[in-house]
Amino acid sequence: MTGTLGAVGSAVLAMLASIGRVVIFAANTVKHLALPPLYPREFFQALVQIGWLSLPVVGLTAFFTGGALALQIYAGGARFSAEAVVPSIVAIGMVRELGPVLGGLMVAARVASSIAAEIGTMKVTEQIDALVTLSTDPMKYLTLPRVLAATMSLPILVAVGDAIGIFGGFLVGVNRLDFNAAAYLKNTVDFLETADVVSGMVKGAVFGFIVALMGCYHGMNSGRGAQGVGRATKSAVVAASVLILAANYILTEVFFTS
Amino acid sequence: MIELHGLHKSFDQNHVLAGVDLSIERGKSMVIIGGSGTGKSVLLKSILGLITPDRGQILVDGQDVTQADRDAFLARFGMLFQGGALFDSLPVWQNIAFRLMRGSLKRPKDEARDTAIEKLRRVGLKADVADRFPAELSGGMQKRVSLARAIAAEPEIIFFDEPTTGLDPIMSGVINDLIREIVVDMGATAMTITHDMTSVRTIADDIAMLHAGRIQWTGPVGDMDQSGDPYIDQFINGRASGPIEAIR
Repeated sequence: MTGTLGAVGSAVLAMLASIGRVVIFAANTVKHLALPPLYPREFFQALVQIGWLSLPVVGLTAFFTGGALALQIYAGGARFSAEAVVPSIVAIGMVRELGPVLGGLMVAARVASSIAAEIGTMKVTEQIDALVTLSTDPMKYLTLPRVLAATMSLPILVAVGDAIGIFGGFLVGVNRLDFNAAAYLKNTVDFLETADVVSGMVKGAVFGFIVALMGCYHGMNSGRGAQGVGRATKSAVVAASVLILAANYILTEVFFTS
Repeated sequence: MIELHGLHKSFDQNHVLAGVDLSIERGKSMVIIGGSGTGKSVLLKSILGLITPDRGQILVDGQDVTQADRDAFLARFGMLFQGGALFDSLPVWQNIAFRLMRGSLKRPKDEARDTAIEKLRRVGLKADVADRFPAELSGGMQKRVSLARAIAAEPEIIFFDEPTTGLDPIMSGVINDLIREIVVDMGATAMTITHDMTSVRTIADDIAMLHAGRIQWTGPVGDMDQSGDPYIDQFINGRASGPIEAIR
């Protein structure tokens, strides 16, 4: 009994210590935002890597999700003669929830893994130590540009993903479910509010911060060798995904229930 | 002058440094020898502040390194890492000129590139290497580029971590000669860690042997063969039997 309690206690303490380390890492990252020098070249490179190059995967995910959503809502709505709600529910569902969450998860898979692998490899090959000896702070040179780029580019990715998702629903609605194109678009525009779009973009910014932070944190704390880098990569994706889902619930509570 | 007083560092139960005392005179080339896992790299990284010692004091020109302005302190150092530690994402010339393109030593881009190419020539590489990426170079070329990066900002103190590891004997000889030439020409203080005895005899003015977390023997390289110390005798002659356990 004592052994079991001890094990549980150790696990809880280890978890709290991990949370503490992540919070300190996040605070350090934000602190560096206010302190020169900044590295614009690294920031723009990160913007391309994280934002621009994630567009295809986010766009495709949103497109198919929007189409599937239209089919599901039509089938569900038909049970109580509410097929007409398809355009509005697709729009609200995409913009408020599915756009940011699926976009965040896809970027977590693509970006958190690559950041963790890149920084982890830099750590095990002493490139991080080399940066320090060359009077360059790794937090400022590696972490800050990536976190900033992800936080700024995810809202735009989410907005583009929302539009593509709604378009996917529109195509399915018009071509498979025999909706009138003009009526579908009117319903979409009428029901969608600015607050819906803004809340989704705010979620995107938070998810972007989480994705890049987890990639950098696990990369910087990578263990030795290929196994260490592999473990860091896996941990980055898992942690980013879980934190995105948890943050999504909290943000939804804040935006839509108060 | 670099002085280490009572330096201790442990990783869990492993006491890697157990009271290291050592002095390296200005302009001298000190080589630290010792078996694998005896803490040579930890010692070097402790001086640079990459590892924080548990106890002890590190003085550079009489100033405690923990009290020094970090940027100004690091600007005095150059470091050749064991694996090169070149930045994969940057071409060779930007690796070499890294320090010259940022921070307090920042220079115009053209000037930084010219300096990088001059340093490439200094380590025996042609200018056409400048625009290649580290992954496109052989191990020996990477080591030379790393050496060029270490000397790019004309540092007063240069550290070499296992400079010949992984190189063939001829390339090892080339690197050893280059290091010796550069240290003499620049008048820099050098600290090299290695267990390659050819490197030791080429590079060193003085040597120190690290064993069991302490300096076992230190003196001029010329006295090494007649030291009378059984540990250093066993090490430099590569004998399996002696006071140093072969399996640690």
